[in-house]
Amino acid sequence: MNPNINPLVLFFASIFTSNILLSNFLGMCSFISISKSLKSSNGLGMAVTMVMTITTAINWLVEKYVIVPFQLEYLRYIIYIIVIAAVVQILEMVIDRTAPNLYISLGIFLPLITVNCAILGVALFMQLRNYTLLQSIFFGLGSGLGWWLAIVLLAAIRIKVDKAPIPAPLKGVGITLITIGIMAMAFMGFAGMINVQ
Amino acid sequence: MNIWLAPLIVGIVSSVLSALIVIVDSIVNNYGEVEIDINNGKKKLKVKGGSPLLFTLASENIFVPSACGGRGSCGACKVKVLSDVGEYLPTELPYMSEEEIKENIRLSCQIKVKKDIKIQLPEELFNVKKLTGKVVSLKNVTHDIKEVRIKLPEEINFKAGQYVQIVVPPYDKIKQPTQRAYSIASTPSKKDEIDLLIRLVPGGIATTYVHNYLKEGDNLEVIGPFGEFYMRDTDADMICVAGGSGMAPIKSIVLDMYERGITNRNVWYFFGARTEKDLFYVELFKDLEKKWSNFHFIPALSRPMEPEKWDGEVGLITDVMVKYLENVVDKNTKKEGYLCGSPGMINACEKLLNEHGIKDVYYDKFA
Repeated sequence: MNPNINPLVLFFASIFTSNILLSNFLGMCSFISISKSLKSSNGLGMAVTMVMTITTAINWLVEKYVIVPFQLEYLRYIIYIIVIAAVVQILEMVIDRTAPNLYISLGIFLPLITVNCAILGVALFMQLRNYTLLQSIFFGLGSGLGWWLAIVLLAAIRIKVDKAPIPAPLKGVGITLITIGIMAMAFMGFAGMINVQ
Repeated sequence: MNIWLAPLIVGIVSSVLSALIVIVDSIVNNYGEVEIDINNGKKKLKVKGGSPLLFTLASENIFVPSACGGRGSCGACKVKVLSDVGEYLPTELPYMSEEEIKENIRLSCQIKVKKDIKIQLPEELFNVKKLTGKVVSLKNVTHDIKEVRIKLPEEINFKAGQYVQIVVPPYDKIKQPTQRAYSIASTPSKKDEIDLLIRLVPGGIATTYVHNYLKEGDNLEVIGPFGEFYMRDTDADMICVAGGSGMAPIKSIVLDMYERGITNRNVWYFFGARTEKDLFYVELFKDLEKKWSNFHFIPALSRPMEPEKWDGEVGLITDVMVKYLENVVDKNTKKEGYLCGSPGMINACEKLLNEHGIKDVYYDKFA
């Protein structure tokens, strides 16, 4: 049964109230390692949004027309990952040809998205919550934008924090993790506004 | 039926996606025929676009030195690019100095040939060949250095002091061919046979292969010659310093000078080792000293195991060199430095040579 949520509501909810990163803690590893610079964070955020939207839509179709009819639910993870890997490959080639400057600024981050668990997470949530195709596309796009927003926010905070007098043992990853915790708590403030489960 | 269904469906999905990738690749990555202009029109190549410059040039038998084989991890395959090939990639920047960026020097393994491109290459690279040699002898010269003699199918012209790259085939857990650079230890008079000195580096891909897997009679791919380390044609005295397998290019240079009758120059060869068991070719150079009055071989041990039996110099090679520069070597002649060994040793030696007024220092650093 499909949850009766307007795709637009789902779109905004996945950016703010149910941010994939700050409420589900998915895609943390690149979130922490790339957020040192604003430029890289922007590039990665853009790439994640693109891949997330496209793979969620394709995986929805694969789920409906391949996985369910052939009762292959137990192979869902493998099939989703294969789709994500292929989409990243194709996207890499297309971006390289059509927007070489964007390709250069994304650098090695683009192929790394294949193993970003937020991408798989969104596809699995989409299936688990029985979203329609339109809902899934908006959910994927919103989650991507939410991830982008979170990493850019963290990068901006880290630039400020780097100049602040932090106790030596907390410098680097320590203060970053604390920052993420506080950011997540701040985003929890949105959580009561709407439930997208 | 069900047993076959799952792999079949996964196989079909994978095949469809793979076919899609191949189709997109053939459409998107089809850059058609592009032209590579080398050294302002001296050589023009018509090639298929889309591949990295390093591999495109290699397919046309022009081999740019690359110790890592094109993975962007050695920074050796630098090429000056005269036309626009886009911004620097994050993978290139760690290997570039500010001056190199100003001159638009790029890593040829990282930039792709997508349109007509103009580049500048040293003329010597046109002589570089890729040959499949045969290992005719494999000898332990110390407990951790092997002398590998390779018979080549055709002659190569190199200057004493230059190096070649060997292509290590996949073995054991190493799944991809790997390239590593080694100085030639033999003299250029033997054009179809080269000697390499390879020290076992624990965990090293190429050195482990040579020490534990390579056998006499095996084939080994060799690309070369490369390098700017060779004897400069002056009449200055030569201060040569080497450590360990840094012996190779100096041995080649010294023996080549003797063979060609360039014996009027004074040559001081300081060879540093830790203990007696790290010394090699001592007899060879002691013999040469007797035949060539201007040649002086000074082996030095930093930690001799039997100090009472060792009658040579003791101490770090830099200290021994300074001792000779200050007390033994004629201070009034012009001098050049020739160094080969670890970066630490070379940096220390270069600094000391400069302090003693020797500005022309040439070296071959182990990368």
